[in-house]
Amino acid sequence: MPVLEQPPEVLRQFCHGNLDAFEALFRSHQGEVYGWIVRIVRDSSAAEDLTVETFWRIHRAHARFDPTHSFGAWARRIATNAALDHLKTARRETDLPDDLPSHPLPDPSISEELRQKMAGAFRRLPPQLRIAATLALIEEKSYQEIADALGVSTGAVKVRVFRARRFLRKELKRQGIEP
Amino acid sequence: MNEHDQKRIDRLLKTTLPPMAVAGEPRRDLWPAMLKRLDAQPAAVPWFDWALLAAAAACLAIFPGAIPVLLYHL
Repeated sequence: MPVLEQPPEVLRQFCHGNLDAFEALFRSHQGEVYGWIVRIVRDSSAAEDLTVETFWRIHRAHARFDPTHSFGAWARRIATNAALDHLKTARRETDLPDDLPSHPLPDPSISEELRQKMAGAFRRLPPQLRIAATLALIEEKSYQEIADALGVSTGAVKVRVFRARRFLRKELKRQGIEP
Repeated sequence: MNEHDQKRIDRLLKTTLPPMAVAGEPRRDLWPAMLKRLDAQPAAVPWFDWALLAAAAACLAIFPGAIPVLLYHL
């Protein structure tokens, strides 16, 4: 995600609750925030709603923002928390839809049945492991980038990715597949 | 789980769920939705503002003589 930092004056005005400054930040960062969220939730409609939710949280917390720090990094962390909350709710209320937004890559060695079972196992991942696995294994983000977004250490991210792999392997084994 | 298993899981996962092709921007302008959200729920007063108000009220209750001083400074 490219870092589009704002002039210090805009950030300072945002801290004081200036709506014009907030709009300037919204317009310059909504693409980054949306792009980050859609990678996590893999649903463009939900990502749009969560982008608004993220900026609502940002607006609510304007007095706590330190204008000497990166607005983009702060926004990404809030966006990650909003996406995590969404995954927890979606998991609790209903199972996630089967129609995945991306088309599977063609690989003749992997059957459609295997892909379906893997997709099912992935949906059953606990949200915290799911975010780590999505960003690290699918989107190939660096551990440091993921750690910054989640507000944890890189070691914690590595542990979550390991646990996610182990969970997926167990789930596939349970369905009689030896990955 | 050995390295081979890990690589196999990673490949299977990535084949099933390829990276999102993100254009970078949402399909619609989200600012109107943002304004609607801001109008619907006015920003909450931070807790420390309430704490400050409570402290000021407590001071006035304990030291009523401070009321004229406060009014003078307002």
